[in-house]
Amino acid sequence: MGTKYKLIVSISKSLLLARWKQTLVAAIGVTFSITMFITLLSFMSGLNDMLDNLIINRTPHIRLYNEIQPSKIQPIDNSDKYKTYHNFVSSIKPKNERLEIYNNAAIMKALKKDNRVLGIAPKITAQVIYNVGAIDITGVINGIDVEAENKLFFFKDYVTTGNYIDLKNTPNSIILGKGAAEKMLANIGDVIQVTTTKGDRMQLKVVGYFQSGLQDLDKVQSYASISTAQKLLGESNSFVTDIQIKLKDMTVAPVVAKEYQKLFEVEAIDIQTANSQFETGSSVRTIISYAVGVTLLIVAGFGIYNILNMMIYEKMDSIAILKATGFSGKDVNKIFITIALSIGIFGGTMGLIFGFGLSNVIDQIPFNTAALPTIKTFPVNYNPKFYMIGSIFSLVTTYFAGYFPSRKASKIDPVVIIRGK
Amino acid sequence: MNEIILEAKAISKSFHDPITIQILKEISFSMYKGDFVSIIGKSGCGKSTLLYILSTMDTDYEGDLLIDNVPMRNKKEAELASVRNEKIGFVFQFHYLLNEFSVLRNVMLPGLKLGKHSSKEVEERAYQKLKILGIENEALKKPNQLSGGQKQRVAIARALINDPLIIMGDEPTGNLDKKNSEIVFSIFQELAEVYNQSLLIVTHDNEFAARTHRTIEMEDGRIIKM
Ligand SMILES: Nc1ncnc2c1ncn2[C@@H]1O[C@H](COP(=O)(O)OP(=O)(O)O)[C@@H](O)[C@H]1O
Ligand SMILES: [Mg+2]
Repeated sequence: MGTKYKLIVSISKSLLLARWKQTLVAAIGVTFSITMFITLLSFMSGLNDMLDNLIINRTPHIRLYNEIQPSKIQPIDNSDKYKTYHNFVSSIKPKNERLEIYNNAAIMKALKKDNRVLGIAPKITAQVIYNVGAIDITGVINGIDVEAENKLFFFKDYVTTGNYIDLKNTPNSIILGKGAAEKMLANIGDVIQVTTTKGDRMQLKVVGYFQSGLQDLDKVQSYASISTAQKLLGESNSFVTDIQIKLKDMTVAPVVAKEYQKLFEVEAIDIQTANSQFETGSSVRTIISYAVGVTLLIVAGFGIYNILNMMIYEKMDSIAILKATGFSGKDVNKIFITIALSIGIFGGTMGLIFGFGLSNVIDQIPFNTAALPTIKTFPVNYNPKFYMIGSIFSLVTTYFAGYFPSRKASKIDPVVIIRGK
Repeated sequence: MNEIILEAKAISKSFHDPITIQILKEISFSMYKGDFVSIIGKSGCGKSTLLYILSTMDTDYEGDLLIDNVPMRNKKEAELASVRNEKIGFVFQFHYLLNEFSVLRNVMLPGLKLGKHSSKEVEERAYQKLKILGIENEALKKPNQLSGGQKQRVAIARALINDPLIIMGDEPTGNLDKKNSEIVFSIFQELAEVYNQSLLIVTHDNEFAARTHRTIEMEDGRIIKM
């Protein structure tokens, strides 16, 4: 069996080398398409990851919070008499409920024990007004646990000026959104004044700038430590408005969110629901990349189909003689399939190497944009999956490109060829 | 000596394009081991057509063909290919060597296909056959570097590689000059006399035919003398 296949391979090799220029052209076609396929997917996927990370890196997989909601049950609903009636008396109005998550210490303790949870970071969002001279600018101060925030959401990466840890170490400090800082003409070390919705005022020292990449956000958002935020709002040190949760497996977020909502009696939103539009954008880009890659491969496949058809036309005599001397149609078929696959394997392997090289080149090209402080060069994703798909695609296309010519070759009637002389 | 190796039983064949013409009409004959048989007849009388059927390449005929007492009818394409590989050596008017391979490799290919011997042994055997034909010095050349007579001798060596039951030739000297024809013919004769090889050779050369053991004469698709 092994020697039989060696014979087929050696015949294929000789036929292939006898026409090495044409086969090389066919192989280059495959190389080109695989190179483009790998590069395109790596680059597109790098872009996708970058854009996703813009959101995902800094979005909790699940966010627990409270919302001001009208009471679902009105007193009349509790009356046995009117239970089955349609009641429109709603005497209980939403009262000025605090957005605090009650019992948050117990919730956080429970979350830390849940082994689906990677980490949690408590947060306080406070609506404020930045007072700049005579003008007031509305904004939001996020009170964060600096270390937890950094561990889960890479806070450090987005603090473009100043040291993020100063937020924890310097009392009454603030890291301003870059846009907000520009509007306020606030420099590092300056002290700014903010006013809360309740009218309380507080002086805060600017220790850094924060740049998220989303300009609208950077114009309003600023960060303070959780204790600073509590002081600002005049709340106790148990006050927390949000609990941000990162899971080990992001995909289960919707299910877990529902579970927590019931369990802790709070609102819980998962990342998929919160950012559904980003998913769509990513998948459209991915589909386009695959479509272009596959189109290139199909074109390369036609190249192989042509060269094989030509080769078979030229090698009619050889095929006839092989058959006359005892090679079966199946053997002839195998010979040409082997030729096609060799072109595919050679061209495909070169394509993978060149694709890797070209991705590397793109990876080196500087790409500086104010919106993306953490990105220095074009993003490239070297996912081995693309290389796997690329090699499988090149084999499948070359196999199909070789299939019909090989079948034609295997059906050649030696008598017709020999008599034709 | 009287062991039948090939038997044609009422073989008929018609072509249907453009109109149906019967080319072979009830051809029956037998060949024994060691027979050196020639088939003669005017051009167009159906000699080649018959030989393609006898060599199992053409399967579209009526009647029966037995090779080594095994009927060939109803055999699959791959089975017929292995019959050709193992039992029949074919020499064509045109040499039909593969220019991509060396002379040696050309001779070896059917042997490698058979797979009875290791490739080392096949190579040795190929050298032996080339030696019998006096062209062992050309072994490593490419076929297109050889003369017509040499090429035909390579083709004969290739036909011999698997020690076939029978060698068939369709006007193997038809494309050669007098001198080379003579060489090729004496090789056939040597194979028959020295090696007891069975041969069935189609020729238009009556002189050649006269030197074989037995001559079958055809006319209009029939055997008129044998
Ligand atoms: N494919 C074909 N279709 C129709 N007629 C054919 C075909 N091949 C051969 N013939 C005819 O069959 C007859 C016998 O041909 P052939 O066996 O080659 O004769 P020979 O070898 O004796 O010269 C010729 O008349 C030829 O024209
Ligand atoms: Mg003829």
